[in-house]
Amino acid sequence: MSTDTHAPFDKKPESPRGNGELIRLEQVTKRFGNHTVLDHLDFSVDAGKHVTLIGPSGSGKTTILRLLMTLLKPDEGTITVDGEQLFPAPEKQVREVRKKIGMVFQQFNLFPNMTVLRNITEAPVTVLGMSKDAAEERARELLEMVGLTDHVDKHPAQLSGGQQQRVAIARALAMRPQVLLLDEVTSALDPELVAGVLDVLRDIARSTDITMLCVTHEMNFARDISDQVLMFDQGRIIEAGAPEKIFSEPEHDRTREFLSAVL
Amino acid sequence: MEWDWSAVSDFMPHFWDGLLVTLQILVLGSLISFALGLVWALLMRVPTRWVTWPVGAVTEFVRNTPLLVQLFFLFYVLPEWGVTFSALTTGVFAIGLHYSTYTMQVYRAGIEAVPVGQWEAATALNLPLRRTWTAVILPQAVRRVVPALGNYVISMLKDTPLLMAITVLEMLGEARLFSQQNFQFTEPLTVIGFAFIVISYLASLALRALERRLVH
Repeated sequence: MSTDTHAPFDKKPESPRGNGELIRLEQVTKRFGNHTVLDHLDFSVDAGKHVTLIGPSGSGKTTILRLLMTLLKPDEGTITVDGEQLFPAPEKQVREVRKKIGMVFQQFNLFPNMTVLRNITEAPVTVLGMSKDAAEERARELLEMVGLTDHVDKHPAQLSGGQQQRVAIARALAMRPQVLLLDEVTSALDPELVAGVLDVLRDIARSTDITMLCVTHEMNFARDISDQVLMFDQGRIIEAGAPEKIFSEPEHDRTREFLSAVL
Repeated sequence: MEWDWSAVSDFMPHFWDGLLVTLQILVLGSLISFALGLVWALLMRVPTRWVTWPVGAVTEFVRNTPLLVQLFFLFYVLPEWGVTFSALTTGVFAIGLHYSTYTMQVYRAGIEAVPVGQWEAATALNLPLRRTWTAVILPQAVRRVVPALGNYVISMLKDTPLLMAITVLEMLGEARLFSQQNFQFTEPLTVIGFAFIVISYLASLALRALERRLVH
């Protein structure tokens, strides 16, 4: 763990793999009862890329994020992150590989019994073994970046939804993950609070080399930040490409239907 | 029949002795039931039947048999097996054990009421299981169940006279002894009746204050 806490983000040195593949899902199948959510899916993401998953609800987008965060286990297939297997893998290895991944949830999921500051420092101190001082210094930097320096000692219940979500983003980043998973992070927010959260994410996308996997219905945001957009339907990727292409000249009928419904 | 203030003043020294014992039973019994109930609740979540089945069976048995029977059993049967404790120790343990089978259900409800998103956030942050329990789940669960635990404290207070059956001289025991020796029943029983009301009232005030503090 680097002790340099001055930069809010790690500008990571080029890994041996360079800008190569960071995430790989091979032949991943996930069923809930009789319903097959993901059907022998192959899918990979290169380091540093921002990938947005779009598609109708129930098409398996969120399931991919939850599989990567190990909140779910696939029924078949393998998942690899940064060259190390995440599934199937022994628990000890899962814990190591999971350190590379951070997630922001639709419902924020901040710990209501902790202050904003402690929400952010809890994991760096107990999981990464950072000193309390170093963790707090970094937490303050992150809070400054998300525009919440005045709220360090408040509890989540005292914050608006938008503020809570920005704390949740800071909390995920405090673990210095290589991948940030964003699961419909603005869906639970009042409309006037959405922009503040998206601005923070745009800022992170622009100023860091963190890899982002994003499930969203905010198509303008997706167009702004994405290197690649994947269109999902019934557990399969039916179309993939640069945002300009997907949003302007989609090839697949289902993509056209979906986009005309949400845009 | 007439109210005799001198009987009250004669009884008072015995009353204070009984009050002290009642409060001891209540405080120690509550602490045991809070701690043991939490242990049961956590053991019931261990993902193997080798743990949940025996714990479930024992607690179900204790919950569904009368406290008075348990008191007699522990006080009269255990010594036959060479295990002897004082009447007070036996009584405190029995009442604590009995009530722990209720508090375990309160804890279970409190733990289940913590949203699944809290577990997911803890996983996403890679918190170890132990830390997830102590820093995230239990603080939220316990906060939710304080009112329900408080009700069991009041309930337990009203069960403390059962310990008289195994020779513990709590308030009712002292009152009965005094009555039998002096043939004056009204005054000592009235005094301890009031004492029970006052203790429950004070306990409920304390609990409400605690609840208010925990909300923030």
